[in-house]
Amino acid sequence: MGNQQFLADKIRTQEYHLNMGPQHPATHGVMRMVLKLDGEEIRDVEPVMGYIHRSIEKMSEHITYKQIIHLTDRLDYLSSHQNNEAVALLVEKATGIEVNDRIKVIRTIMSELSRIASHQLWWAVMGMDTGALTTFFYGFRDRELINDIFEETCGSRLTMNYSVIGGVRYDLHENFVKRVKDFIVHFRKKLPEYDQLLSNNVIFRKRTEGIGILTKEQVIAFGMNGPTARASGFVCDIRKKIPYSAYDRVHFEEIMATEGDAFARYKVRILEMWESMRIIEQLIDDIPEGEFKVKTKAVIKLPAGEHLQRVETARGDFGVYAISDGKKNPFRLKFRSPSFANMHGLNKMSEGTKIADLVVNFSTIDVVVPDIDR
Amino acid sequence: MTNTELKEVIGSWSENLNFVEEGSEFLIVEVPAAELRKIAEKLKTDANTAFDYMFSLTGVDYGEDLGLVFHIESTTKNHMIELKVKTSDRENPNFDSVSDIWPAAYFNESEAYDFFGIKFNGHKNLRRIFLDENWIGWPMRKDYKDEFNMLTR
Repeated sequence: MGNQQFLADKIRTQEYHLNMGPQHPATHGVMRMVLKLDGEEIRDVEPVMGYIHRSIEKMSEHITYKQIIHLTDRLDYLSSHQNNEAVALLVEKATGIEVNDRIKVIRTIMSELSRIASHQLWWAVMGMDTGALTTFFYGFRDRELINDIFEETCGSRLTMNYSVIGGVRYDLHENFVKRVKDFIVHFRKKLPEYDQLLSNNVIFRKRTEGIGILTKEQVIAFGMNGPTARASGFVCDIRKKIPYSAYDRVHFEEIMATEGDAFARYKVRILEMWESMRIIEQLIDDIPEGEFKVKTKAVIKLPAGEHLQRVETARGDFGVYAISDGKKNPFRLKFRSPSFANMHGLNKMSEGTKIADLVVNFSTIDVVVPDIDR
Repeated sequence: MTNTELKEVIGSWSENLNFVEEGSEFLIVEVPAAELRKIAEKLKTDANTAFDYMFSLTGVDYGEDLGLVFHIESTTKNHMIELKVKTSDRENPNFDSVSDIWPAAYFNESEAYDFFGIKFNGHKNLRRIFLDENWIGWPMRKDYKDEFNMLTR
């Protein structure tokens, strides 16, 4: 012991830079982080983004609103349904298209299924990031069931492109209601297993509790959102704040935590899956009858002016901001990405933690890199 | 607070502000570039407005002018406004950075620099955030020529 103290006093340490990524598996996509380190302790994290930048905002200026929906799938591919819905709602609000209850309910059910699927994938990868490979198989086993439901109705498993202006692309498949009900029954039994397997694991708890703490004030200042911000006590669920589609007619809790550490962010997402199932259960039994798509004009022009639509994706507050000059394509279109906003907190979270903690922290913000890069 | 009340409170801070209430669901406050920091600080700290949450920062090329649109929100008062600032200097557009007032502006200001070439005085690390460092030109500007873009043909 004395020897170690002697060494610590005599040997000077030097800060150095280390590149993490762009291909490190724990970066959840192609992203690089430049770490400034003192030994294994992190002094500064500078994310280097743009490896998957596809200039979607620029492309949107040249195409019509109907075509833009197609591109939004490729932003946050785990919340593609909510992204589609955001653009559809924006255009419907601006041009005064009224959609019926059936469309609203279908969209809400699809959104919540997407949210569960996204959180399942996050949980699967979160376990893997902390060294538990089994979670990956559990998570993907259950997520497959949702993907199958999507495939049957939307014709696609990941980038659904299902919400369109004035409704949804196809009517629900005849098996839809039964399969969703079966899934809920199945997943209500399986979700407690998630807790048994990972949430209550001693090693996992020690790696997440008290790690990467953010206060409510910090979360607000950094413009963070979604489950990540709610874990620090910031009330920011757009489904409650500015209800859209059928969220005003269902009962659910906005899951909150106050600790603001990695485990709180974990806990919030696990509990959100229960709430999503609750929302689906309230709607699935009586989906109203009606058209699945209302008639719209062939060429849709937005009235000149500015339009903003916000939705709650699995990652948080996704916003579409359009400046229109009355033409069929937007003058300027901005996608306000929840993952990009959450990146602001990464540096603060990592202050004084170890590299291994950065992997945990990064996993609990649950970013999707294409959503950052756009 | 309602838009009318906000207009009254914010209008009392400076004579050079311009308010627009049409064309958007939010109150638009147009602020001259020289007063951006002063007004931003007031908007955040004043107890009546308390705009503590920066929802988004959008760079815009209006054709002749370059500008920024801040969507700012209050988490305690639940109101939102659009703060707009413009410059006609296309050669060397620059604004004062507000990334110390709203830390959420930090990466967003880099994004506006990357796409529109707008510089921010006082920003700690203004860089090409998405594009390559050696990229020539500002691609989101309306006068940017991209000969490889199939969509504009």
